[in-house]
Amino acid sequence: MSAPGMTGVTVPRAAAVGIALVGLATVPLWVGNSYYVDVASQILLFAVFALALNVLVGYGGLVSLGHAGLFAVSGYTAGLMLQAGHGHAVADLAAVLVTLAASAVFAVLALRSTGIGFLMITLALGQILWGIAYRWADLTNGDNGVNISTRPAPFGISLADAPSFYYATLAVFFLALATMAAFVRSPFGASLRGTRDQARRMTALGYNVWLIRFLAFLFSGFWSGIAGLLYVYNKQFISPQVAALQSSAEVLLMVISGGTATLLGPIAGAAIVVIMKYVVSAYVVRWNLVLGVIFVAIISFMPEGLVPGSVRLWRRLRAPRPAGKPGAPP
Amino acid sequence: MTLWLTLAVNSIAFGGLLFLLSAGFSLIFGLMRIPNLMHGSFFMLGAYFGVTLLAVGANFWVAALASAVGMAIVGGGIERLLLRRLAGQELAQVLLTLGLSFIVSDLCLMIWTGDPWQPLAPAELRGIVQAGGMIFPLYRLAVVVIAVVVAVALWLMVDWTRLGAMIRAGVDDAPIARVVGIRVSRLFTLVFALGAALAGFAGVIGAPILSVYPGLDADMLPLALIVVILGGTGSLLGALVGSFLIGFLYNFGQARFPDLAYVILFLPMLLVLVLRPQGLFGKSGA
Amino acid sequence: MPRKLSRRAFAAGAAAASATFRFAPAIAQAAPFRIGLLTVKTGPLAQGGIQMEQGIAAFLKEKGNTLAGRKVELISADTGGNPAGAKTKAQELIERDKVNVILGPLAAFELLAILDYVRDKETPLISEAAAEDVTQRKANPFIIRPSSTSAQCCHAIADFAAKELKYKRAATISEDFAFGYEQMSGFQRVFEDEGGKVVKKLWPPLVTPDYTPYIAQIGNVDCVFNGFAGSNPVKFMRSYADLGLKGKIALLAGWTAMDDALLKSLGDEAIGVVSAHWYSADFDSPSNKRLVAALEKDYKVLPGGYAAGMYIAGQCVEAAIEKLGGKSDDRKALAEALHQVSLTDTPRGTVKFDHLGNVVGDVFIRKCERKNGQLVNTVVKRYPNVSQFWTYDEKAFLANPVYARDYPPAKNLE
Repeated sequence: MSAPGMTGVTVPRAAAVGIALVGLATVPLWVGNSYYVDVASQILLFAVFALALNVLVGYGGLVSLGHAGLFAVSGYTAGLMLQAGHGHAVADLAAVLVTLAASAVFAVLALRSTGIGFLMITLALGQILWGIAYRWADLTNGDNGVNISTRPAPFGISLADAPSFYYATLAVFFLALATMAAFVRSPFGASLRGTRDQARRMTALGYNVWLIRFLAFLFSGFWSGIAGLLYVYNKQFISPQVAALQSSAEVLLMVISGGTATLLGPIAGAAIVVIMKYVVSAYVVRWNLVLGVIFVAIISFMPEGLVPGSVRLWRRLRAPRPAGKPGAPP
Repeated sequence: MTLWLTLAVNSIAFGGLLFLLSAGFSLIFGLMRIPNLMHGSFFMLGAYFGVTLLAVGANFWVAALASAVGMAIVGGGIERLLLRRLAGQELAQVLLTLGLSFIVSDLCLMIWTGDPWQPLAPAELRGIVQAGGMIFPLYRLAVVVIAVVVAVALWLMVDWTRLGAMIRAGVDDAPIARVVGIRVSRLFTLVFALGAALAGFAGVIGAPILSVYPGLDADMLPLALIVVILGGTGSLLGALVGSFLIGFLYNFGQARFPDLAYVILFLPMLLVLVLRPQGLFGKSGA
Repeated sequence: MPRKLSRRAFAAGAAAASATFRFAPAIAQAAPFRIGLLTVKTGPLAQGGIQMEQGIAAFLKEKGNTLAGRKVELISADTGGNPAGAKTKAQELIERDKVNVILGPLAAFELLAILDYVRDKETPLISEAAAEDVTQRKANPFIIRPSSTSAQCCHAIADFAAKELKYKRAATISEDFAFGYEQMSGFQRVFEDEGGKVVKKLWPPLVTPDYTPYIAQIGNVDCVFNGFAGSNPVKFMRSYADLGLKGKIALLAGWTAMDDALLKSLGDEAIGVVSAHWYSADFDSPSNKRLVAALEKDYKVLPGGYAAGMYIAGQCVEAAIEKLGGKSDDRKALAEALHQVSLTDTPRGTVKFDHLGNVVGDVFIRKCERKNGQLVNTVVKRYPNVSQFWTYDEKAFLANPVYARDYPPAKNLE
């Protein structure tokens, strides 16, 4: 029943995808309350952010602890431009350009190293951006943050209420997912995975490993910036906490818990973290503790992430024990 | 004049405290190749533990040492039960420590509530020192002495004992150390426990100066990171030099450029990472 | 080869997620009156937040969860002490839990993040957070504040320092954020108007492990006024004493810096500190006696401004419900009724609100001393009926910019 055909598409899989699509498209209808629709929007925008980070973490093998800085730069640029009286189109364009520039700077500095060194440099850069947001009050209004009074109205459609905003976010999410899928299947995606797995061999084969990673960083930064824009329009507010280490850690945890190197892993991870953070905290007083426990559990028992780990467990439960065969592979 | 003198002396004092905090972090990072993101948690948990002992009348030094032992047990347990399962997967280990830091943070809030605790310095060190028109608390100077004593003890251990030789071997080249018969995984447990113990001890020593409050872990971790990156991972001398450097940068930076407070601390770290990733005293080709 | 089964897992996950989303609480008719509390239970501001909850819980317990004949339900939400969390929890309380009124939030920046939202959703809010403009240039018909603006108490202590303690030269030190700026500016304005000079202004960041570099810069002054909040006052006062300034240079404090709830974390370094607060645990009113007894009994703590502020908020809600009777579900009417509330027996004395929603009440000047081995803040002077504008004309006050780091400009800095 689950044997893939030559084209790799089977009826059950197509049905699953179809159900998921229909479900997503009709969320405001079957979710009872505008509050939960808003939570759904947040899941989607953090999913975009997690997907963006996963470009580097999963496909590039470069773990960043500073991505919240890029997310925040985008939101702040838009917010400050709007406060200065510019229109949404100009503000958003500026935000994207500034984020790309910041990503370039991040990349140039961080790519001098890999592994833990890369991690530390991105951490330091994220902290510097946080420090600027926090202390350069003349520019960023410091701790008080920046208020955004209106949401954009693309093509004249107002996004002020939760369902409209949800659909706009959903559209952006599908766009992001499509570009991610295209990226994964493309030669560029393959070469990025190549640099992850065998950097020296890639260089020997004539690939410019640095350039590949640099472009991947820009791609990742771009979508982080888009997610940042969605965030700042969703909350209509931004403050330095958004750039803090905890935020970078949370999005990294989204990626890791969902599973790197898959497209759906970061999405699942985003759902877990957002749901935990906002919904469960109403019923469980110590949500930080619960969040920590879940992550420790996932990392300890399903280190490849929730999605691949669940698949592994599912298959182990379903697979009949072959007689006399030692050590069935997981 | 008094201002600069006070700042200079405080830089040294603060540097001493930073060394106590960072020495453990440096050892763990050097040997296990992971930045232990729960180092701040050990500092805070140790501080709370020690302060509780003080509240029931224990002697200050006893409380500090008991805290160290307590944190060693916790740290050793975590390494043996959780980190070792992920041997070889450094990324996962780093994230594990991060998740654990969330847990410890909330546990501390649950057990000790949100109130800040600031114990008094031990009675014999409560005086003040006057010199050159400046008044300075005796305890802070004592912290420098403690830091130096600990530094010497650690150096003796690392350079002169067999255990230290094994640690150095592990830091230099873990796979080969294994080949030669060194039980590297047991060493990992030991070093992690030792790092935790040092952090816990530092937490209690620092409590009369920094107080103990929710969020202390998040305030201390970046400082440890900066010191160790600057000084070089796995190098005690680096941690020592880095601590005093950061002590000076912190004090003079806060006084002269308060707006750039965080930039001043993180910029050197960034420069080192970019220009000389192994830090001032670390070994290249990590 | 990528496992395509993961899509099935995803669909399963989506179905599971939908099950959680389906939870939509039915709102019964004649439902209890719902009070939403925005507080902070995690992070550095948790201590104040926990006290806020204790204060309102004590009030509701005293009243048997029934105010003016109406059953009352308290829903507590943890914002995490940051604006984004405040916004999300405010949404949760208003849209999901359909509360009638919101109490809190704790911090000024949290309040600023939800101002517009609360107005759009027409939900009354009784604030604990300072932040001057919320009841000045950005006044909001749905917000009242029974605690104080940032500078309300600072005007009083500046007057006391200049007129009664006869200080001439002052230094100010507070955290580098709006609450700090507003407090220090209020102090500076009144102090200088009455002949004093502020010669030094120091702004350590909110997160400062060690205050020594700042304390070392204080220089030659008669007094230092500090407005630290959270757990910072404890550290600051200890460093201040350690560096030999206690007893040499008088220390003055704003309300968060010497809140009665902090006394148990403090030691001898706090003795002699003069502070201004809109609440004092030893204030002699029947309601305050009840509050102090309740917190002592249930939580073994002494109430401070956070607990008292929420207790008084509860009293305001009760008064408003009493006035509106059956119409207390009408939020707009509730907001108006709250503005009209005037109480005589509260833990802080008389409470009424000016037309912008801020409290007009007493400010106490206290001095810290040790009595029977315990630290207490003894009231030495009471300023009755202090408004947010002090003695200044309201129109002129509002015509100026809001108190900020550089407003009023400090002309006497050395």
